[in-house]
Amino acid sequence: MKLTDIVARCEHLFEDLDFNAVKEWKAAQPGRMAIGYMPIYVPREIIHAAGMLPVGIYGGGDQIEVIQGDAYYQSYICRIPRSTVELGLTGRLDCLDGMLFPSICDVIRNLSGMWQLMFKDKYVHYVDVPQNYDDSIGGEFYAHEMQQVREDLAKLRGKPITDDELRAAIAVYNDNRAAIAELYAYRAQAPWQAPTSEVYLVLRAGLVLPPEAHTQLVRDYLAAVKAEQRPKKDNARVVLTGAFCEQPPLSLIKSIEMAGCYVVDDDFVLVSRWLREPVPTDGDPLTALSKAFLHHSVQSSPKYDERREDKGKFLLHQVKTRGAEGVIFAAPSFCDPALLERPMLQEVLAKHKVPYTAFKYAENTGQMAPIREQAGTFADSIKLWSAA
Amino acid sequence: MATIQMPQSQKKPATVQKEDAMLLQKEMINRNYHELATAHETGRKVSATFVPGNLNELLMCFDFARSLPETNALQNGMRKKSGKMIMDAERDGHSEDVCTYVKADLGMMLQGEVGPTGEKLPRPDVLLLSYTGCFTFMKWFELVRQKYDCETVMLHVPYQGDGHISPNMREYVVKQLKEKVIPTLERVSGVKFDIDRLRQYMRESTKAEEDLVAVLHSAKNRPSPIDGYFGGVYYIGPIFTAFRGAPEATEYYRVLRAEIEERVRAKKGPVTPEGELEDEKYRLVVEGPPNWTHFRDFWKMFYEEGAVVVASTYSKVGGVYDFGFRHDPDHPLESLAEYCLGCYTNLNFPQRIDMICRYLDEYQADGLLINSIKSCNSFSAGQLLMLREVEKRTGKPAAFIESDLVDPRYFSAANIKNRLESYFQMIKQKRAAAGAAVH
Ligand code: SF4
Ligand code: SF4
Repeated sequence: MKLTDIVARCEHLFEDLDFNAVKEWKAAQPGRMAIGYMPIYVPREIIHAAGMLPVGIYGGGDQIEVIQGDAYYQSYICRIPRSTVELGLTGRLDCLDGMLFPSICDVIRNLSGMWQLMFKDKYVHYVDVPQNYDDSIGGEFYAHEMQQVREDLAKLRGKPITDDELRAAIAVYNDNRAAIAELYAYRAQAPWQAPTSEVYLVLRAGLVLPPEAHTQLVRDYLAAVKAEQRPKKDNARVVLTGAFCEQPPLSLIKSIEMAGCYVVDDDFVLVSRWLREPVPTDGDPLTALSKAFLHHSVQSSPKYDERREDKGKFLLHQVKTRGAEGVIFAAPSFCDPALLERPMLQEVLAKHKVPYTAFKYAENTGQMAPIREQAGTFADSIKLWSAA
Repeated sequence: MATIQMPQSQKKPATVQKEDAMLLQKEMINRNYHELATAHETGRKVSATFVPGNLNELLMCFDFARSLPETNALQNGMRKKSGKMIMDAERDGHSEDVCTYVKADLGMMLQGEVGPTGEKLPRPDVLLLSYTGCFTFMKWFELVRQKYDCETVMLHVPYQGDGHISPNMREYVVKQLKEKVIPTLERVSGVKFDIDRLRQYMRESTKAEEDLVAVLHSAKNRPSPIDGYFGGVYYIGPIFTAFRGAPEATEYYRVLRAEIEERVRAKKGPVTPEGELEDEKYRLVVEGPPNWTHFRDFWKMFYEEGAVVVASTYSKVGGVYDFGFRHDPDHPLESLAEYCLGCYTNLNFPQRIDMICRYLDEYQADGLLINSIKSCNSFSAGQLLMLREVEKRTGKPAAFIESDLVDPRYFSAANIKNRLESYFQMIKQKRAAAGAAVH
């Protein structure tokens, strides 16, 4: 496939808030079901093992007008729950047979109960994850939580989910994660070839496509960009962090790039990169997923850092391994997890002499000029810094 | 989330017993701040923990002097000191968008850790991070740890997403207590854990809980002898904080109960800062924490109009006792787990709404008022749906006001007063219409 076609397809999937890709997938075979999930992480393997399509719901972006959703939230609450409610109330999520709300913050936590009240005929479940990382404590708790999801979905489809089905799903997602890891490594190496505005769209496509198809898409994209020669610019290399839930508009990502920054790592759509190592496909599958969560998942604000010295380790790792020269903190307005975490990460960066800048956005931010200006100034200062 | 000193009534106290309860609480709080201030001199270790899911009985087993940062923040709020602390924390890099309790605490540290009573508060030796019902707690103690490098122990309390406590959830909490929390507290304090000591404290807790529930239930009377929100925050003070399980708390609740029962017998209304409320006109249920920076002004807007809060959800943040839960000395760790899991903000939305509807019915309230707190996503996210659901289910009017806990910038007295006045009007009209329908 041609690069422009791949990007156009991803863009189309990204913009389609009627989730036609999901509807088509369901229509292709009678009895198919789709389960939605919100950020930050759910073990999608279980949904896939049930023969269902996991569908990532990341708000309405800047493409829908939120009318009803605003009536559910005070002005000091972030945008994503209101646009998600809007999607639900306007029937756009009718194609979903259930919704999973992961443990990320109090807003999404409360939304899980609101959803139970608003969409009474749907399966709704809050997915808790452990904040204790011992196998025998948090690990067991989490394996039980996943078992609950497994049983719920088994009930929905009318037959149990076997260990083999789970193992097969783990293998599918291992492959997907490997492809995405390759894409990320390539972008860090040659960001002018694979700009983040495209990589992001490729990633987003994974929220609505079956994982096998998405893995193929990632590989097609990689092959296509490698075949092109795109102009290299003298941009600053940055890690973008804080955007793990409500997403910035695509135009914001583009603005950052246009302002002279190459984003060489980020925390967008973390669900697809949450587990950093392949999950074993032998042994008990839920134990394997549980151990992967405990010992090999990314560090992000919704997760507790057991030790003070661990704070910021993952961000520093991103900076170092991707050869970044600075960090952009981009957080949704009113996002407690991102904004409470920020000063701690900034302190760690300052200690390691990594320059940073910070701003807030909303998924429907329209004014890009200030952000472009700030990112531009930051890029210039990095260049001056490295020249000095 | 709360312990404050009972306001001195400007009129003469009605009974000696009331005076006793008030004095007891005042003494307890002052003593606790003094104990904290002198803890390190006297060789005691200091713990800090949060109100929801606080394990006071357990902390007492290790002889800790006990600090509750939320309480410090609210005390500073009531003393009008929190505004500057918050601004200091914002200047230090904390976002204007996040919870002001956290910023008031961090701001207090920046100002030299002088506590609400003017004595310097010690640095905690251990932060017991009881992650119960609020995500912000986790970041709060990470922030404190980052600054002061305090030993921190996490107790992760899972959320009641499906509206019940599963055996898996309970076991998870118990395991953490056994394998993480208790060993850490032993190590930091140097005191060996004695489960019988814990049982003994829990016996005290149970007595106090019985009496507290009797006090809360007294609001079912007409007139209600208490205000279950503005007065309620005083009544929950000892049991939600550093005193649950201590004999002096048991004594406080015994005296308080006797005092309230006397008021019931005498058919008296609640005590307000300006004396007894004699004419109960409106009975309300309130959802959400109060504002602390203008607490008196806020309260006045109610009692001036003859409005009494007969039940509140805020008075359940540190434990929901009125539906039967009691600490159980025969199953101490399991019951600590149940306690944490059952705190109000750890309940899911349908449970919270059911509880409010039940209050409206059992306390024969005229309607629901939501005080939506800017700081607190845990309470506030979704309250507008709550309002509609409750109205739909009960047919009783509900109203919505907005303020903040300890940030004086978010208390707009005129707006709130207007809102309340029209709400009271609405109740009156509803009553008139219902009266007309009967006749
Ligand atoms: S943007 Fe932040 S506060 Fe809002 S729902 Fe997501 S994680 Fe929670
Ligand atoms: S968010 Fe709410 S519950 Fe959490 S610390 Fe702040 S005020 Fe307390």
